[in-house]
Amino acid sequence: MILEGWGRYPRLVSEVLDCQKPADAADVVAGRYGLIARGNGRSYGDAALGDVATLMCRGIGRMKSFDPQTGLLTVEAGAMLSDILEAFIPRGYFSPVVPGTKFVTVGGMIASDVHGKNHHRDGGFGAHVVSLRLLIADGSVLTCSRDENAELFFATIGGMGLTGIITEASFHMRRIETGWIHQETIVAQNLEEALAALQAADETSYSVAWIDCLARGASLGRSLIFAGEHATREQVLAHKAEKELFPPPKKARLSLPMDFPAWTLNRTSVSVFNEAYYRLGARKSAAPSLVHWNPHFFPLDGIQEWNRLYGRSGFLQHQCVVPEANALPVLGQILQRIADSGKGSFLAVLKKLGVGAGLLSFPMPGYTLALDLPVTEDVFPLLEEIDKVIVDAGGRLYLAKDARQSRQTFEAGYPRLASFKDIRRATGGDARFASRLATRLGI
Amino acid sequence: MTKTGKSVLLVGATSDIGRATALTYATAGWDVQLAGRNLEAVQREADDIGTRSGGQVSVHRLDILDSERFEDFVGRLPVLPDTVVCVVGELGEQVRAEKEIQHASMVMRTNFEGPALLLGIIADRFSPRGSGTIVGISSVAGDRGRASNYVYGAAKAGFTAFLSGLRNRLAQTGVRVVTVKPGFVRTQMTAGMKLPGLLTAEPNEVAAAIFTAAEEKTSRDIIYVRSVWWPLMAVIRSIPEPLFKRLKL
Repeated sequence: MILEGWGRYPRLVSEVLDCQKPADAADVVAGRYGLIARGNGRSYGDAALGDVATLMCRGIGRMKSFDPQTGLLTVEAGAMLSDILEAFIPRGYFSPVVPGTKFVTVGGMIASDVHGKNHHRDGGFGAHVVSLRLLIADGSVLTCSRDENAELFFATIGGMGLTGIITEASFHMRRIETGWIHQETIVAQNLEEALAALQAADETSYSVAWIDCLARGASLGRSLIFAGEHATREQVLAHKAEKELFPPPKKARLSLPMDFPAWTLNRTSVSVFNEAYYRLGARKSAAPSLVHWNPHFFPLDGIQEWNRLYGRSGFLQHQCVVPEANALPVLGQILQRIADSGKGSFLAVLKKLGVGAGLLSFPMPGYTLALDLPVTEDVFPLLEEIDKVIVDAGGRLYLAKDARQSRQTFEAGYPRLASFKDIRRATGGDARFASRLATRLGI
Repeated sequence: MTKTGKSVLLVGATSDIGRATALTYATAGWDVQLAGRNLEAVQREADDIGTRSGGQVSVHRLDILDSERFEDFVGRLPVLPDTVVCVVGELGEQVRAEKEIQHASMVMRTNFEGPALLLGIIADRFSPRGSGTIVGISSVAGDRGRASNYVYGAAKAGFTAFLSGLRNRLAQTGVRVVTVKPGFVRTQMTAGMKLPGLLTAEPNEVAAAIFTAAEEKTSRDIIYVRSVWWPLMAVIRSIPEPLFKRLKL
């Protein structure tokens, strides 16, 4: 079957295997090689494309237990974040970390050690995992935690599924008083102001900046910074009725029924959109507002299949992190290159990160910039050039988004790769588990 | 979630429709009794539903082909439920059922004999109490026999007729009987089949329709999950037999 990631590039043939309960996973894995687990297929590039075969894990998605006292939730790894939020927000609990879409599985969130708008304060999803169950190459299932099989635990967090099949995980949910976010919008005229605003929002739970990556000159890096906290009961009751404290998820109102022709996203259309979005946001910046959890955390989930916006040939998401020290000049240089190329995208996001938990976790203290770029011939050399700037600055690229970085870029960015490979070899993972990403990057 | 103090028995709890229905009831604050043949599989669904809803879920072993034990099964339930939903269904393989008597028998007994006998016993307990709702999941396949699935269809037709008779018998007692005909549903049972989008419901949609018919719009006796099936099946039923027998449907 032809499989693709969310970016729809690359498209590759991989045998598809299915699994309906955790106990079956070992039988499916036995005798296989070049195999990778796939959750909901929301990684962008080739991380969830099995080199030979791909194990669909949505079937192992039941929830197992929850302790309201401690907030400890145990689920099978194919459980969807969207289902978890739907079940637990009305009961006053929220996931400790959420990525930019809720349509991901818990196994996928661990394998990518996803980060959210609270990474600077709370770390990635992996930091909140208490234990997990891992089916390794020899068919045995190991419990991994900070105390038990700890090396394998830290290799599996952010390990892109290359240590084995995650079948189950326990993590702590956090208590919330309401399902609303008390959000403030800050306008930054340029990159320097944007970084300063993110720095100033260090104490705020959630912060992220949307960048107009077509703005140039004195406005290079102009941004809207969204800073949010879980709203308290009092804050919400001042504006809403008691029964609206925990609003249900919003159904996607729009869906893209077809691939857009590639020319619809061009310099003019994107800059018109960006200008309008910037002005609208600037107008809202006057007063803080209450925002429903769904659009605050998952604005793009409001449009089903938004990935079709980039046309049939797909798109690349380029997400880098640059150490804090020289973030300003380095990010400035990257934005300048993007602005000069005219390849701006709707989605350009800047965010402050803290340390990552796993051996191959993406985050490091610094700033991360994510850009969406349609796949065209000339985008590859442009990104190659940008990667050099990032590597020189001591930064790296996010594997869950990657479809194209070079082995050199990858190896320069992940200093703990050797330890990761050792653990993978020691547990036989290197002989059995491989995604196209792993083969491409020599992991 | 506010507890209602009511309970529902789900028979066939490990099917996709059974799971979705159990979760709908549990989320609405009902205690849920899950029954199925494979206790380990039922327990997995019970944990899932209990975790998601925070509600009470109990598990009970029941083999729909083992009617000898039905009395005992009902007697051992923690309480006589307010509502029972029977989701048991086995599509089988039509061609195999034409050749193998055991397979045909299994399809008939699973879709008709077992569910009918079980619901009959429960009806006998509901009737003196003067309350209760019995929901049987039948099928549009029972509306008219077709070459492609008439063994299954005949069993479902029998079940539909049984529910109709039960409803008639209990009409004066305060016990309701609801017949649900889901149409095509995207489930494990239909995995790999090419289904027409407009006529095909998701398990959640079936669950919501069951809950609405059983607990909210309590005047409805027979429902199709997607209303487009009403006129469609009316047309199919009205085709004269001399013509119908020549059609490939």
